[in-house]
Amino acid sequence: MKKQTIQSSQDSLWARITRSPSFIYVLISPLFLILFGYVIYPFYQTFIQSFGSETGLNNYERFFSFESTANLEALWTSVYISVISVITCAIVGVLMAFLLERYDFPGRRMLSVLVLVPMALPPLVGVLSFTFLYGESGIIPRGLQHIFNLEQVPFALEGVWGVIVVHTFTMYTYFYLTASAAIKGLDPSLEEAATNLGASRLRIWRKVILPMLTPSLVAAALLVFMISMASYTAPLIFGVERTMTMQIYLSRTNGNLDMAATQSTILSFVSISFLIIMRWYQNKRNYQNLSKGISVHRSEVKSKVMKVLSVILSFVGVIILLLPILTLILISFSVDGTWTIQVLPPEYTFDHYKALFTDERTWRPIWNSLQMGFVATVGNIIFGVAAAYAMVRLNFKGKTVLDILIMVPWALPGTVVAVNLIAAFSEENIFAFNQVLIGTFWILPLAYFIRHLPLVFRSTSASLMQMDQSIEEASRSLGAGWWMTFRKIVLPLTLTGILAGTLLAFVQSIGEFVASILIYSTSTMPLSVAIFQKMYAFKFGTACAYGVLQIILILIVLTISEKLSKGSAGSAV
Amino acid sequence: MKGVRLNDITKTFGKVHGVKDLNIDIQPGEFFTFLGPSGCGKTTTLRMIAGFYYPTDGKIFFDDRDVTRLQPNKRDIGMVFQNYALFPHMTVNENIAFGLEVRKFSKEEITRKVDEARRLVRLGQYGERKINELSGGQQQRVALARALVIKPDILLLDEPLSNLDAKLREETRIEIKRLQAELGVTTVYVTHDQTEAMAMSDRIMVMEDGYVQQIGTPQEIYNRPVNKFVSSFIGESNTIEMTIMSIDGEKVIVKNEHGVLITGLLENSSPLAPMNKGEKVHVSIRPESIHQGEGENTLTGEITFVEFTGLSVNYMVDIPGITLKVMIINTGGKLLEIGDSIQLNIPARSLYFLGE
Ligand SMILES: Nc1ncnc2c1ncn2[C@@H]1O[C@H](COP(=O)(O)OP(=O)(O)O)[C@@H](O)[C@H]1O
Ligand SMILES: [Mg+2]
Repeated sequence: MKKQTIQSSQDSLWARITRSPSFIYVLISPLFLILFGYVIYPFYQTFIQSFGSETGLNNYERFFSFESTANLEALWTSVYISVISVITCAIVGVLMAFLLERYDFPGRRMLSVLVLVPMALPPLVGVLSFTFLYGESGIIPRGLQHIFNLEQVPFALEGVWGVIVVHTFTMYTYFYLTASAAIKGLDPSLEEAATNLGASRLRIWRKVILPMLTPSLVAAALLVFMISMASYTAPLIFGVERTMTMQIYLSRTNGNLDMAATQSTILSFVSISFLIIMRWYQNKRNYQNLSKGISVHRSEVKSKVMKVLSVILSFVGVIILLLPILTLILISFSVDGTWTIQVLPPEYTFDHYKALFTDERTWRPIWNSLQMGFVATVGNIIFGVAAAYAMVRLNFKGKTVLDILIMVPWALPGTVVAVNLIAAFSEENIFAFNQVLIGTFWILPLAYFIRHLPLVFRSTSASLMQMDQSIEEASRSLGAGWWMTFRKIVLPLTLTGILAGTLLAFVQSIGEFVASILIYSTSTMPLSVAIFQKMYAFKFGTACAYGVLQIILILIVLTISEKLSKGSAGSAV
Repeated sequence: MKGVRLNDITKTFGKVHGVKDLNIDIQPGEFFTFLGPSGCGKTTTLRMIAGFYYPTDGKIFFDDRDVTRLQPNKRDIGMVFQNYALFPHMTVNENIAFGLEVRKFSKEEITRKVDEARRLVRLGQYGERKINELSGGQQQRVALARALVIKPDILLLDEPLSNLDAKLREETRIEIKRLQAELGVTTVYVTHDQTEAMAMSDRIMVMEDGYVQQIGTPQEIYNRPVNKFVSSFIGESNTIEMTIMSIDGEKVIVKNEHGVLITGLLENSSPLAPMNKGEKVHVSIRPESIHQGEGENTLTGEITFVEFTGLSVNYMVDIPGITLKVMIINTGGKLLEIGDSIQLNIPARSLYFLGE
């Protein structure tokens, strides 16, 4: 038998440090440091600034004063728009879900694919195509005017209602997705049982179906409300100045930084409250268990009249869904500056697409965005994978804090994120390695990194949770160290999840507009800002060519993600 | 091949206690089984030997080496997990080769050893299969091959048969025992199935609620259970509370409150049993040790239940104050019916006096 000589080797100082129960906090401290430096600290700076140069609640008093009501009006309008958006999105989304999940009619397949098209529209590009289509000088109003020889356009999308229509179009998918998932989980025998008991259709809806859908609808409503409150692009394009995000933008561009900080703080408060309500509600919802695996049978639409009607309706639906993209494609071929009062652009060319890749000045914003998106996404991968691993596999105090801190920047409006970054990084600061970041290349990648923090994190933790911990233990027991186990076992098995989140973070960075517009510098102008500027220089063709490029990128990414998630169920957000 | 020694091992999870004051000495080459109901601390103990948990208190030795806080990858153990924990992104060969690659064997050696291991577990032609193309039993054997190919000092198995159907379970049980005997590797086996434990083990440790109840060979555990828990957990048993009337040399006479007298032997008593006149004591009698007809300790009772299993006839028999489970080997005779009276005898050496 061996003597106890080997024993001493394992008691080195390093070994004793690494197996101390507190060592875990050394490992996770970089995560908290990043969150502190780039989320909490900027937030805190804004908060400090919101009190203005003099101490006191001056700015807050002004915000809530009844003498100049601009701010209160803005708060009211934002809430008003958000509430209406929730209602319209709910109606459209739930109806779509029921139609497509429960009924079979000619054109259903086509419609059920296209129903998700709005998700492929980058926010700015989506709003632009709506103004091209339905705005005052849009194709549809002018077309109608032309056909019917009217003095004026019969209607035009503008103001608050313009914003709401755009919100409905871009956000009903949240309701659609949650509602159709819930309907798939509905046990049809419940409904049949109710029918057998003699309940009328309306009664079944009220007493059986709606209560079962409620949880998913509430979750979707909270989400849509939050996103509407944060919406910036639509109010900007439709010229609705009295919304919170626009007020922040205006205060900032007028140089009233303290007021911008106050408005940001108030808006953050609203967003974070909603985030907390959402989390609370989702945790509560986990107890509820819808029966799974029963495929709902679709009833076929039988009567002739209904059949014709459903064909017409799904045709209209398909047109409405496709028009924005078709319009963008059409205009992307129009010669810049020629489309003035005609219904459709009069002259067409292929030059914009050629210019995208050959003209240095047109190519530059694309290249900028690719670079900045790349840097941000690399950051997201490193942070997201590390945080997901810590969250799922390690045991430490402060998990909930970590989880919330990662979600907060996602819940904050992009405008607020930008204001926070301005507050923190206009001066030298250790988190910026004693540099001023505002005005440099690095500020935008940082903003993208922060705004998309949860994407890689979420998709990676989903795949990690599906991976049995004993697989890692098997590797350890076979002699592999922690790092080798991570490289050879954990990474390959979670790769699809990581990739799905990565792709999403990358395209979102490429299309990011809301924070970019506040903090970009002319030397590193991103793609989205370039689109915005081309629009205002009436270079519609170039702007739309940029937009089409973005959509193609998004479609590629969605296709790859779809392929990836076929194998494993690790899904992104 | 190494011995494993656990000295005063205690593991608590926050306030929940996992196991308490374990002392085990597993010999090199021994097949040692942890047996007990779910939640009694078997996995916890095994994971401390593997290095996935560190004990709250106490020390673990492999031979004379203190490994209490050694990392799992430095322990040279082979482990088979309940759900196999195969690497789903690798083929059978790649799974088996993993431990060898970690140990930096040459390519040729790896190929040779992997082939050999695959043959050992009879998976000859499955080398290039993906894991999800294998049946449960085949996956089990890959897990075994992967654990054995690194020639571990100690093999740990955590309920390796629980995910197999009954027939495969028996086959695999024999397979594991064959491999263990062939390779002579020290083996720690976890199960809640007493048949498995009895059939495979050199020694068994019976656990309940984090405490060791008894450590012994299968015969010791079956024939001389130290307490009520062990006697009822291992096999079928009639456990009856009786009062000691007299102890006369080897002869112990006990009686129940209805005056039924039975005679047993003093040597058949647990060290924990209170063998004094007038004490209450639990007596364990195995159903198969009760015979029909006249003999030692003859009793008469009424049949309340009959069950024919082919191998045997099982009766429940009511005797004043006692309901006895009785198992009579089937020799083709006539079955008695419910309500019939039956004469039974219990050999004195079949009584066992239990401790608390
Ligand atoms: N990681 C853990 N955290 C908290 N309690 C645990 C943990 N692992 C085991 N336990 C508890 O320790 C006890 C023993 O568990 P375990 O060893 O898994 O039992 P067995 O394998 O015998 O079924 C149980 O009460 C269990 O709840
Ligand atoms: Mg267990």
